[in-house]
Amino acid sequence: MSARILDRLREQFGEAVRATFSNHGDECAIVDPARIVEVCAFLRDDPELKMAMLVDLCVVDTLGLDRREGGRFEVVYHLRSMASGRRVRIKALVDEGPSGANPEIDSVVPVWRGANWFEREAWDMYGIKFRNHPDLRRILMYEEFVGHPLRKDYPKEKRQPLVRRDFS
Amino acid sequence: MSQQIVLGVPTAEEFDTEEDLPTEPMKINMGPSHPAMHGTVRIVLTIEGETVKEGDVQIGFLHRCFEKESEYATYTQVFPYTDRLNYVSPMLNNVGYAIAVEKLLGITSRIPERAQYVRVIVGEMSRITDHLTCLGAGSMELGALSIFFYAIKAREWIWELLEEVSGARLTHSYVRVGGVVADLPEDFAPKLRTVIGKVRESMRELDQLLLTNRIFRDRMDGVAVVSAEDAVAWGWTGPTLRSTGVDYDVRKDHPYLVYDRFDFEVPVGSRGDNFDRFAVRREEILQSLSILEQAIDQIPPGPILIDDPRVVLPPKSEVYNTIEGMINHFKLIVDGIKVPPGEVYSYTEGGNGELGFYIVSDGTGRPFRCRVRPPCFAIVSALPALLPGMYIADIVPTFGMMNMIGGECDR
Amino acid sequence: MALEFYSTKLADALNWARKYSLFQYPFVTACCGMEFMALAAPKYDVARFGAEFPRFSPRQADLLIVVGTITEKQGPILQRIWEQMCEPKWVMAFGVCASTGGFYQNYSAMPGCDQVIPVDVYIPGCPPRPEQVLDGLMLLQEKIQDRTGWAQRRQLREHEAVVKAKKGHLPVVG
Repeated sequence: MSARILDRLREQFGEAVRATFSNHGDECAIVDPARIVEVCAFLRDDPELKMAMLVDLCVVDTLGLDRREGGRFEVVYHLRSMASGRRVRIKALVDEGPSGANPEIDSVVPVWRGANWFEREAWDMYGIKFRNHPDLRRILMYEEFVGHPLRKDYPKEKRQPLVRRDFS
Repeated sequence: MSQQIVLGVPTAEEFDTEEDLPTEPMKINMGPSHPAMHGTVRIVLTIEGETVKEGDVQIGFLHRCFEKESEYATYTQVFPYTDRLNYVSPMLNNVGYAIAVEKLLGITSRIPERAQYVRVIVGEMSRITDHLTCLGAGSMELGALSIFFYAIKAREWIWELLEEVSGARLTHSYVRVGGVVADLPEDFAPKLRTVIGKVRESMRELDQLLLTNRIFRDRMDGVAVVSAEDAVAWGWTGPTLRSTGVDYDVRKDHPYLVYDRFDFEVPVGSRGDNFDRFAVRREEILQSLSILEQAIDQIPPGPILIDDPRVVLPPKSEVYNTIEGMINHFKLIVDGIKVPPGEVYSYTEGGNGELGFYIVSDGTGRPFRCRVRPPCFAIVSALPALLPGMYIADIVPTFGMMNMIGGECDR
Repeated sequence: MALEFYSTKLADALNWARKYSLFQYPFVTACCGMEFMALAAPKYDVARFGAEFPRFSPRQADLLIVVGTITEKQGPILQRIWEQMCEPKWVMAFGVCASTGGFYQNYSAMPGCDQVIPVDVYIPGCPPRPEQVLDGLMLLQEKIQDRTGWAQRRQLREHEAVVKAKKGHLPVVG
């Protein structure tokens, strides 16, 4: 049943769907990051799929994980259809630009409003720049914070204190 | 005869507020430490008179790096961190995380039946405490302090029972990969039945005090109405989504554990306002009580942990007396449970909605990436869109019924 | 001599009154807030110790209870709240996160709220049981009576400095 989602995607987008697989009962498609908005809009609007809900949007930093190729960061979208209850996971692989510039991908806020904060979080934690995002600011950390803490190369205990006072 | 001066209230025509009392937009801070907020959240409001024009909701004051910490912990060591995600219903987080790891290990179907029932029981007890806290605190913020005391009194009974089960009042860490850490105490069933009766009685008292209370109803009815389409587009799940009329409950739509064996209803609202969110939670408490009654009747005897030395610690007698047992214990503690490489998204019904865990494993004993999908993050993300046009006083019940839990929203 | 004797007795009486009518300001951030609710609710009833009245503004409070994890983002806020409180004031770190950061040792969690404000009583536990908090409250009451709270000691130090400079007697209060 669920494999039909991946078939539909492949029919519709052909080469832009780079790979599809399913394990543990989760359907997953890796798509071309340049066409992510198109793919998402199709998934939402297609009368057969109707993926109306963006359940989750997160990023995986694959630094140190050797099985990936094509990009250091995976932007992962979990979608659910409210009509049929089917789910699908869409992935887009993005890489850092030359000289460590932040990776970029198009924002899916025009498709699902709920993506707004999730994308802000992804920016905050991983430094993924979402083009056309209405308000891309840090959300969990403070503005003074330097770097993106959930990246694998950010040390876990590297604090950047705002205030410290000594009371002895 | 002196001249008579007639005092009176000017009519609307004589007294045009817009003209006579012009207001300029003013910026005020609500929070970060506001008494009517359960956690620390800061709302920068632009107000005109009493009406909110714009609101910028800032979260992240309780960012404790669950995801970073869990990359450095073994799969078992993540359990205490999950306790502190949604700290109002820790057991539900424990269960959700355990189910995710089990799915990745491929042992979901082998979990003993008794363990599944125990998970349902402790999970539903936690759900009741979650909703009771939300209702109690939400009413307290509207001035109904006695409701808070009634709700906390009922919560205390459940906590005492959970303490007997797990040893901790709040942060239980009771569930393990492959089952639960210990069996229910011997006289658990009669005690639970007593508590169910007492909580039912408390709920009746709560209803009498609250449901026909004019002040309460006036502040809840018709405030912050959300349509079903909007709620879905925002990614709302759980009681807040159901209040808009969408009957999506993970326990019914994608049954996990043994939820398909219980007879329970999924309450849905019709208007999607604050009162519906309140009413859905209230009804869910009653449904959970009914699930508890059924579960305690159906629970079979048997083991509470899966029989698999790769996942479960050997019994202490083996650890101290055999070399195999000791090595096994040592490896499981130091290296953790070896989870095959892969990734999984597993979802359960948490206190606030769909609690998802997306775990990426690289084959070692520690998660490569452990993402939690926090239900109230998506819910609170809709708040900036709901604020314009509201009165300042409406923010309090709206925020209260969204039930933002800092630990879960900011992680 | 007589003046010193009476003013010391007056200070004792004042502190006796203070310790049984603590106006607390709960700075609730995290999980410990659940236990704080339980503490305020009928079963454990912190009112028995005269500290039942949560003030919702730090300006009206003399006991700041830091309930839960303090993150780096929260540090400046906590400091400002403490600065808004009137002297003499006391601070209680409720739970292990507020005391030391607990098991959150990472880029965001502050290793204890004493990095930004002085703490008088540390209550361990994650979260502490209400009984433990009541014990901590009694310890604080002892401290108030003995004038060993941080703010009181500072007041005494400043007072002694004035006495030394003027080489005279000043009534000791507080």
